[in-house]
Amino acid sequence: MLKDEDRIFKNLYNDLGWDIESAINRNDWAQTKDIILKGKETIIREIKESELRGRGGAGFPTGLKLSFAPKELGSRPHYLVINADESEPGTCKDRDILRFEPQKLIEGCLITSYAISAHTCYIYIRGEYFREGQRLQKAIDEAYKKKFLGKNACGSGWDLDIHIHYGAGAYICGEETALLESLEGNKGQPRLKPPFPALVGLYGCPTIVNNVETIAVIPTILKKGAKWFSSLGKPKNTGTKIFCISGNVNNPCNVEEEMGIPLKDLIEKHAGGVVGGWNNLQAVIPGGSSMPILPKNICETITMDFDSLIKVKSGLGTAGIVVINKDQDIIKCMARIAKFYKHESCGQCTPCREGTGWMWRMLERMGNGDAAYKEIDLLYDVTKQVEGHTICAFGEGSSWPIQGLLRHFRKEIEQRCHEEPIFKKKNDIPYLIDQHLLDNDNA
Amino acid sequence: MSLKKVSKTQPELFKFTADNLQKANKEIKKYPKNRKASSVIALLYLAQNQNDNWIPLAAIKYVAGILDMPYIKVYEVVTFYSMFNLSPVGKYFVQVCTTTPCMIRGAKKITDICKKYISNNQHELSENKLCSWIEVECLGSCVSSPMMQINQDYFEDLDESKTKEIIQKLLKDDFSEPGSAKNRKSNAPVGEKKTLLEIKNA
Repeated sequence: MLKDEDRIFKNLYNDLGWDIESAINRNDWAQTKDIILKGKETIIREIKESELRGRGGAGFPTGLKLSFAPKELGSRPHYLVINADESEPGTCKDRDILRFEPQKLIEGCLITSYAISAHTCYIYIRGEYFREGQRLQKAIDEAYKKKFLGKNACGSGWDLDIHIHYGAGAYICGEETALLESLEGNKGQPRLKPPFPALVGLYGCPTIVNNVETIAVIPTILKKGAKWFSSLGKPKNTGTKIFCISGNVNNPCNVEEEMGIPLKDLIEKHAGGVVGGWNNLQAVIPGGSSMPILPKNICETITMDFDSLIKVKSGLGTAGIVVINKDQDIIKCMARIAKFYKHESCGQCTPCREGTGWMWRMLERMGNGDAAYKEIDLLYDVTKQVEGHTICAFGEGSSWPIQGLLRHFRKEIEQRCHEEPIFKKKNDIPYLIDQHLLDNDNA
Repeated sequence: MSLKKVSKTQPELFKFTADNLQKANKEIKKYPKNRKASSVIALLYLAQNQNDNWIPLAAIKYVAGILDMPYIKVYEVVTFYSMFNLSPVGKYFVQVCTTTPCMIRGAKKITDICKKYISNNQHELSENKLCSWIEVECLGSCVSSPMMQINQDYFEDLDESKTKEIIQKLLKDDFSEPGSAKNRKSNAPVGEKKTLLEIKNA
């Protein structure tokens, strides 16, 4: 288990107070000026050497991302945008950073803004986190009062203003280009890439978008050194990570642990074990709802890091672990996730707009035992038509969990399916039409 | 995308109060001068709060006017985001999360209570017009599930009896203390925590 001294978020449980004085006691805002005076290249090099990977889900190397911003400030301003639109089912880590460790985030914003030459930083918080946003605003005001922000922030010679921008309940705005659209006052529909935001982002200016947790760990990395950070975890999967363990466990909790910790340790040691005992475990969603589920036999040995989970055809994602025990109907659990994606599809690309609805309705039928065998392959086919055929990764996010279900729980689905199609009409139906709509007057 | 029903009864006029107008100008100043549209969501929130949790069409026109945006652009934003209501939802708007992490910890019990005490259907006002409820997607409070949001506050770690108590009080115009029903102050595990035992503020 990770030693307490190596934990970055010492106030994760708010035992020590979130206010700026308590935060300063915890070493926030120490050496900030010295770090900035070391220069942009040194900061970015250090982050690269720490091998920090983005904590928002995709796991993109953070140092590399920061280096994509143009080196010098040209005629257009640069922007730093913090993605606090935490909406992935199973994930609630950023909320605790906003509530209990806001100064870590603000300090990270200053250092990162300097590194990418930005004088303005927007923090995009999901609208539902209204109270968390109020808390963060108080923390920002405190930082201004201490002259850690504003003109000549923290005595570094760099000017920085931070603004909070609320979303209004759209999961898709967690996608970085949709987030930028939303920030510009449009509906949040993703943009085509390239051009990437690092060159053409907010208001057409160079913009770096990062997750809350990624930015909040940067000050500690620079203070304790890249070597310290990369000594934790596994090669290419370094450092610590906040894991959210929810679902059928005895003590659901958030906990900061080393990357590469065995999943079983997280569930048994930190979350008080599976409800009904380890043998009552059915499956685990390892990284938020977009990541394919893992059956019990894989959960026995799997370690929680980006590369290990990719090897079992899943992913670390946001590290939102949802534990599902045998008392649950696994098909209905996944049908509910499919409904989530159907609800949240932004409607821009046809495969996603239509496909998410098809996938949900098919899974509902399978859950209710109304589907035919043939539909199982059809469902898989639909997921393949959606995956990779949309502007953003929502297509993958909505089809991977279903592919995971089909991969590991096909038997359970087959047991509930009929031999004969329940739709007796011999309609000449073109490929991939959602057949039941034609037979159901109410649809 | 969410389905929106526009209210049949609409007020003729909408204007920000002096206080809200000041807040609106503060929001607009967050963004570059020629980028006023960026504050559209913030202004719509102000309008929604001023008008008992819902946005009348007059407010959409009003906000469009302030921001020099076409009416339809603001309308598009209002209908895209799920948190904007286009018809009355009551003084207390209950949103129950029913996505999988909450579902497997018993969100259905919460929605059953809402059905029984508030109204049989979602989007439907209670008899005393004070309250309505809907099911929503993940509210990002999975570790303290099941949960619901009433107006801007989270009620977490719910069970049947606690939910019943909160809803019954609500219907009598009495707002309970938000937070965890298990009295958790954070997302630390209930009972004995295993981490951050030795840490004190230096």
